Amino acid sequence: MTFIADPITFITHWLTQLMGGWGWSATLIQVLLNILGSGILVLGAMVFTTVLIWAERKLGARFQDRPGPNRVGPWGIFQTIADMLKIFTKEYITPVGADKIPYNLAPALAVAAVLCVWAVLPFSSTVFGTNIGIGLLFIIGVGGLGEIAIILAGFGSNNKYALLGAFRAVAQLVSYEVPMVIVLLIPVMLSGSMGMNDIVAAQSVPFIVLAPIAGVIFFITLIAENGRAPFDLVEADSELVAGYNIEYSGLKFGFFFVADFLHAFTSALIFSTVFLGGWQGPGVENAPILGFVYLLIKTLVVYFIMLTLRFSLPRFRIDQMMNLNWKILTPLALFAFMVTALVNKLLPAGNNLIRIGGLLAVNLLLWFITNWALSRFITNQPRPVVSGARPVAIGEKKTVVKEETSA
Amino acid sequence: MSAQQFFFIVTAFVILFSAMMTVLSHKMMHSALWFVLALLGVAVIYALLEASFFAVVQVLVYVGAIAILIIFSVMLTRKAMEDTGSPVNKTWVLSLVIVLLTTVGGFLAFRTWGALKAFPADLLPVHYDIGELGLALVDPERFALPFEVTSILLLAALVGAIYIAFGRKEDNQ
Repeated sequence: MTFIADPITFITHWLTQLMGGWGWSATLIQVLLNILGSGILVLGAMVFTTVLIWAERKLGARFQDRPGPNRVGPWGIFQTIADMLKIFTKEYITPVGADKIPYNLAPALAVAAVLCVWAVLPFSSTVFGTNIGIGLLFIIGVGGLGEIAIILAGFGSNNKYALLGAFRAVAQLVSYEVPMVIVLLIPVMLSGSMGMNDIVAAQSVPFIVLAPIAGVIFFITLIAENGRAPFDLVEADSELVAGYNIEYSGLKFGFFFVADFLHAFTSALIFSTVFLGGWQGPGVENAPILGFVYLLIKTLVVYFIMLTLRFSLPRFRIDQMMNLNWKILTPLALFAFMVTALVNKLLPAGNNLIRIGGLLAVNLLLWFITNWALSRFITNQPRPVVSGARPVAIGEKKTVVKEETSA
Repeated sequence: MSAQQFFFIVTAFVILFSAMMTVLSHKMMHSALWFVLALLGVAVIYALLEASFFAVVQVLVYVGAIAILIIFSVMLTRKAMEDTGSPVNKTWVLSLVIVLLTTVGGFLAFRTWGALKAFPADLLPVHYDIGELGLALVDPERFALPFEVTSILLLAALVGAIYIAFGRKEDNQ
């Protein structure tokens, strides 16, 4: 095991031997290393978020044809650090009548719920937080903590708009969990395990090839779970001020901000782990560090697509958002699940061309049928017109009064 | 005292305290939040027993779905947010006596039961396999019947919910 090929394992071995040399017990060393590892992971995630915020603002600015942050450092790269310093010095304002404990607990819980996901994600074949047998279920489960955080924020703030924003956010999150969970059964079925390491190890052919419909539905639900455009109804500032976090100031608001950006990146990470093969790539058997690079590249590509959607699509109306979920995504997810289960059992096991081609063909067929049914539905049911066309405003031509101008 | 015992005692006290606060809180919303804490505590107990599947399902189903449903219904109930009445009614003395008697009786009865003092045996790798659980649930020799009966219960709940939510025809006219 060389340092270049697998630095983390190398350092772990070195530390274990070093502390063993001091005569410490093996359990104590293990506990200390676990604490150290989780500390580094969490700190790394948080520090990485500062870069993410800059990148997202810069890219968003480019999409919208403006320069973006460009004052602090080259290309404005230190803008986030300046913002952090500013947010540290801001005053904490607690609204009158706020429920102190839920109000203060909510921001921390929001960040914690996102960071919990990082515990089960494998970053390379040798570097992962923990390999529990139910990793995928764990990821969905800790999402529930994020919902509780939103409810705590909405209730604790003692503000009607915060409460309404929390209602909307949680209704959206709970609804989109349904197709998400159904669709996640497909990778579980194809890999035969719910552990994240096993799911990645099973993807010598990425699952996006075997189950493209599942991949697309999962991608859409991930964006919806983030509450980002086009699903940013929570932040519909024209109607709801800014959602459940309006009463927060200073670092507490910063927590929600960090949770949002970290959640977006974590979603991309989950997607590339579950559907794009995670750390799989050429040469990872000899040098596990390459797996980390592959995962990062895949994640950044997915993240970039998410940003593209965020900055180019308009916001859904709430009924459109619910219709998309319950009338299209959920039935499609159920059909895809049943069809995949059937075909997967009928075709010979293993990664042969027949199985891959069969699953791909069935998915494409289902896709075309859905597309055909939806287009027929749209052509047969024209959009209901709520009110008649507005009269076009025609500017009246006014004659200049000669007497006034001359006088 | 091992680390496992320490965590168990701390978690048990948190669960008991939050369960009591669920009943004793003046605001209904606070009760619901204490209830969430109690449910999370039960998930920790599952994790201590190495039943990781149940720990995660506890969080997913109870905290992620049922607790949120309860909080929603509490928030949407009229004046529930400002309800500050006394949370106990007149029979609290009687209830306290019954609870005390049951607790003391249970303590005395179980004190001599050796199985309580034994530590649980370490689980075999086969017990971590979720596939075993799935097979057991659909095996007619084992749990297929209870599993299906449970689904009938859920169906009944679903029908009831639709009946309540579905406006009566005569009301609409």
